[in-house]
Amino acid sequence: MIWAAVLIGSAVAYTLKALGFVVPERMLDKPLVAQLVAMFPIALLSALLAVVTVADGMAVVIDARVAAVAAAAVALMLRAPFLVVVVVGAATAAFIRVF
Amino acid sequence: MTASQSPDDTRRGVVVEAVTIGATTGAYGVSFGALSITSGLSVWQTMALSALMFTGASQFAMVSVLAGGGSAAAAIASSGLLGLRNLFYGLRIRQILQPSPALSLPAAHLTIDESTAMALAHYDRPTPRPALAFWSTGASVFVLWNLGSLVGALGADSIGDPTRWGLDAAVPAAFLALLWPQITDRRLLQVAVTAAVVGIALTPVLSPGLPVLCAALVPFLFLRRTS
Repeated sequence: MIWAAVLIGSAVAYTLKALGFVVPERMLDKPLVAQLVAMFPIALLSALLAVVTVADGMAVVIDARVAAVAAAAVALMLRAPFLVVVVVGAATAAFIRVF
Repeated sequence: MTASQSPDDTRRGVVVEAVTIGATTGAYGVSFGALSITSGLSVWQTMALSALMFTGASQFAMVSVLAGGGSAAAAIASSGLLGLRNLFYGLRIRQILQPSPALSLPAAHLTIDESTAMALAHYDRPTPRPALAFWSTGASVFVLWNLGSLVGALGADSIGDPTRWGLDAAVPAAFLALLWPQITDRRLLQVAVTAAVVGIALTPVLSPGLPVLCAALVPFLFLRRTS
């Protein structure tokens, strides 16, 4: 039973990923569709960023992660490179949790 | 938010970012491997999920449903729903990378949050490297996520607590860094902020994963009539 879930679930996951690659390009060239396709990943990634910052299961929690993201934002405004931004975020959370 | 030449734009810089993201993801892979075993899956079933399903949120959803005594059908449905966002990513990735039909098969498998965010972050730059960003991130996450899953499944979950060293905060920090260069105009900023608000507002109401998926409706609010 578990194997069935694992294998069918994996086939479903791959099918969904692949569908994005096989939609006829003519359909995506329509101006309104093109706008949507460009905005989808930004909306999804922004929501994901927000949710991993404050969600704890189904609860919304303001904790060290929020401070970490704020610190990362400051680093980005100062044009810090990617690695520095990530380390600033992690270090901020780790530092706050020590106290 | 401005496009500026930075060390991140060199080939080496892109690969360093990809490996950093892979390492963070790998730590979550350890958590996934441990949870999967606790949920009653075997090591082989756990590894099959990480290698074949290869999309974290769906994998967590599947083992959680199975652990709670849910049917295979329920597990497939909830993991499938969470995998739906990869379809939206695929549309954009195909547009940007224009992969050949043969390359589309592995590209689809590697189309996840991290690889998409990297490809887009390196698309609109003075030195655009979306293909390198996509493939190196996809490969790095694939290898380290699977390695992490194996370590966790074999029982070494004590080293994999993502909150240690603030790794749980490294994830949103990395996504912020990848999203930042993509917000090139006012409308995209509005889309991003609205989507974030929708995600947070729905978190207490919908089961995990669905609030993010609902943010896919936000772009419809910001469509502009084209001449």
